[in-house]
Amino acid sequence: MGEQAPIVIVLAPLFGALLIAFVGIRFKALCLPVTLGALSLSLAATVETFRTVLARGEFVYLLGGWKRLQEGDGISIGIEYRVDTISGLVLLVIAAVSLLVAIYSRTRVVADTPDRVPYYYMLYLLLVAGLAGMTITNDAFNLYVLLEISSLTSYALIAVGSRRAVLSAFNYVIMGTIGASFYLLGIGYLYIKTGVLNMQDIHAVIIANDLAESPSIRVASVLILMGVWIKMAFFPLHAWLPNAYSYSPTTTGALMAPLVTKVMIYIMIRMMVTVFGLDYSFRATPGMPLHWSNLVVTLSSIAIVAGSVMALSRRDLKKMLTYIIIAEVGYMVGGAWLANEKGMTGAVYHIVSDAFMTLCLFLAVGVIIARTGQSRIEGMNGLFKKMPLTMAAFTIGALSMIGLPPTCGFFSKWYLVGAGIEAGQWHYVGALLFSSLMNAVIFFRIFEMAYFPKEVNEAEPACFDPDAHPLETLEKTPSSMAIPLWISAVTLIVLGVFNYTIVQWIASALQSLNFFPAAG
Amino acid sequence: METITSPIPLFACLASLLAVIPIVAFGKNPNLRESFTFSAGFAKLTLVLLMLPWVLDGKIVEFTFVDEIVKGVPLQFRVDGLGMLFTLVASTLWILTSLYAIGYMRGAHEGSQTRFFAFFAVSLSATLGVAFAANLLTMYLFYEMLSLATFPLVTHHQDREARTGGRTYLTYLLSTSIGFVLPAMIYCYWKSGGNMDFSTGGFLAEKVGPTESLVLLLLFVFGFAKSGVMPFHSWLPNAMVAPTPVSALLHAVAVVKVGVFCIIRVFTGVFGTDFLKTMDVAVVISWIAGFTVIVSSLIALTQDNLKRRLAFSTIGQLSYIVLGVSLLSTFGVTGSILHIAMHACGKITLFFCAGAIYVAAHKKYISELVGIGRVMPVTMSAFFIGSLSVIGLPVTGGLISKFYLVMGTMQAGHMGLLAVFLVSSILNAAYFLPIVYKAFLCRPEESQFEPGIKEAPLACVVPLCITSIMSVLLFFFPGILLDLASLITGVGN
Repeated sequence: MGEQAPIVIVLAPLFGALLIAFVGIRFKALCLPVTLGALSLSLAATVETFRTVLARGEFVYLLGGWKRLQEGDGISIGIEYRVDTISGLVLLVIAAVSLLVAIYSRTRVVADTPDRVPYYYMLYLLLVAGLAGMTITNDAFNLYVLLEISSLTSYALIAVGSRRAVLSAFNYVIMGTIGASFYLLGIGYLYIKTGVLNMQDIHAVIIANDLAESPSIRVASVLILMGVWIKMAFFPLHAWLPNAYSYSPTTTGALMAPLVTKVMIYIMIRMMVTVFGLDYSFRATPGMPLHWSNLVVTLSSIAIVAGSVMALSRRDLKKMLTYIIIAEVGYMVGGAWLANEKGMTGAVYHIVSDAFMTLCLFLAVGVIIARTGQSRIEGMNGLFKKMPLTMAAFTIGALSMIGLPPTCGFFSKWYLVGAGIEAGQWHYVGALLFSSLMNAVIFFRIFEMAYFPKEVNEAEPACFDPDAHPLETLEKTPSSMAIPLWISAVTLIVLGVFNYTIVQWIASALQSLNFFPAAG
Repeated sequence: METITSPIPLFACLASLLAVIPIVAFGKNPNLRESFTFSAGFAKLTLVLLMLPWVLDGKIVEFTFVDEIVKGVPLQFRVDGLGMLFTLVASTLWILTSLYAIGYMRGAHEGSQTRFFAFFAVSLSATLGVAFAANLLTMYLFYEMLSLATFPLVTHHQDREARTGGRTYLTYLLSTSIGFVLPAMIYCYWKSGGNMDFSTGGFLAEKVGPTESLVLLLLFVFGFAKSGVMPFHSWLPNAMVAPTPVSALLHAVAVVKVGVFCIIRVFTGVFGTDFLKTMDVAVVISWIAGFTVIVSSLIALTQDNLKRRLAFSTIGQLSYIVLGVSLLSTFGVTGSILHIAMHACGKITLFFCAGAIYVAAHKKYISELVGIGRVMPVTMSAFFIGSLSVIGLPVTGGLISKFYLVMGTMQAGHMGLLAVFLVSSILNAAYFLPIVYKAFLCRPEESQFEPGIKEAPLACVVPLCITSIMSVLLFFFPGILLDLASLITGVGN
């Protein structure tokens, strides 16, 4: 593949979806093999691309061979794919997570949506193509197109779930559309002012024509920021997320929860770093009493605390996880806006680690729901005895969420807390620690429920009979569910132990940037 | 100092962790299962003894897992005098505790014994990990692992009482380690410019001011809540819901000593005693520890439940160690290090006795023990020796460490703290000796025991005899321990 690898990352799932449209609808048994084949190809291409990036530093791919700047007229028409170590890492996460979830889906999709299997996999592949495309593209408008592709498919993927999923998908449609519109509007302003859409070019034009003071550019930056915040469910713009993810089918939740918010955070970072530039993002705006960096970090601290508290108040496993995601979004937004290199590194590292933590927990919860038929915490009585392997994987995921070494969650906290101390943003440090403690309470409440026998737990209010769905044997989880779960759990430890390598990769992409010391 | 790179520390740490596999696999066959616990125990002790001559020669044994787990900080084991002393104590006592646990668990008809022995082995690995850790991050990793591995042991009975105890246990240990130690550690990392190694005699030396030092010290001392410094002590009495072997090894030796071990490392490895001497901040820690010593002894006086009384006694004795090291004098630090071993032998004997009494006579309360010396003379004699050691009377090892600690207060010129030790000794005697007195010296008609009750099973009695003999032997032959301690304080004897 070599030089063509970047395009294969996106095209493999896209053509896979088309193939299912033509073939899979007739031959339902082919849907899963086609999906797995397409995603494996995409993963292979991602690995190949990433290796090239490590060797060369950056990998620029011109779509269709069109140069981005036509000589003479200065109009940008070509679309460019650009992979550096940061986007490469995010691409790796997307490819790996989507493949694992696809394996996991073998029995779940048939159980959740028996009459729509081909459509489900078609949408699934389109969503992956959209997410990968958003990450790899260097064209601000192309990004919008792919954003819409992934949004539209995700609405449908959510709506095929339970009855309540339709309503929550509709809620998501409205919020998602508003978010995407903000983004489009922002790009519109940028295009009017600069006349280009390639991210590097936009930045170059802003610098060359000294447009940084222009109110239009500031408006554009705020609109884009608002747009991605809505799409990533940054508190208080999060209201669509919990219902959308918890009422959706198991596999949709397991695919979207780790990926969608993280990709949006990646886009925010890309906008901050590449389009507007760090000195623009972090410096004080003339005429405004607020310092953007301080403002956003404060919002993040609030998001972290609010997300954690809301997670604590839920007694439904999936709901609880969705609120934890909202808190984690606060981690990453805050880290990115701390205005120092450590914070940015920590935010990017946390994209990777949080994706796998969320994946591990969603997969484990999916297994628990599939086996016990319920998603309430009270339904977990005695699960350590009945499902030791699943619960062990769940425990690893939970410890990573809490942030205990040597899991990757510890090291993201390490970098983010370190960056917070360095930037003097003590409330952010406090919020991170608070969230760790909250997660500890949340998960140990579950462990306790799962560890102690029913008669001890009965002091807790039980809403139903825990024996309604007896699990008389030890593990009988299908291997198609157990293997992805365990791969994700082991990945958490591997990512933790080799965190320094990953951080060095991230740093290599950030080293050319000029970080301003944050004004306390 | 010569450094030997060798995987022996790794093997010593792994010996018990790997034993988990056969322990679980042969869970159906108790005798076979326990044989693996013993093999692992002896393998561990052998590996530790292999390193002992090197360490006594002043060499350092190192093993690196990951060169840089974060920038500038490896995941690394390094065995020095302090780590070696603690490891020796923990791995010797593990073998005895295993023997005791067999007698106790079978005698008291406890359930889920496979899980019990498996997590016990994991806890030992975590303990050794802390003892061998070469830097703060490695130490923290194993510290947290120990908190989690001991949770199933504390809540072993899986009843409501166990759940409450387990909750308190984790709430205290996790909230302090995440809330206090983690930020303090990251702050240290940032201040020191990316170095967390203990070997340099204080990687923070000269890099922080007095106020920062005091705040960091407080965060560390309270954060390593396994050391039971007040007000973060109440997990320990609550953890007494565990089966007695757990209370004996973990909550008199391994877990709580890991807490004070970490604090000693903070004083000697993070700040360095020389650096702390230049500021007048450590005395705050001394007084907090002194307060804990006195108050916990007073509370112990009021406890009727034998294990809870022992637990409060442990809290006080742990603060001896914290107090000793915070004196920053060579005698004080030596006393602290010695007290890890001396108190371990004494207190484990007392817990073994409490468990033996429970197995043989099903008694938990001190008020029910009148005349028990007549029916269980061996156990109660051992109890007497253990009490002497904890009080610090001859002819037991406790006297030696207490002697050094008292010398330490004089060397540092804190006469008030000297008084703390003396008052505490009197209180210790006041809460231990009446038990022994009433056990033996009561009129036959006062005795609450029928002659039918006999000593506990041999597997229970033999370990407690051995540990009480060890307490006495440590009085006569403290040489090795002194040598190991002098490697840290840098003073020859």
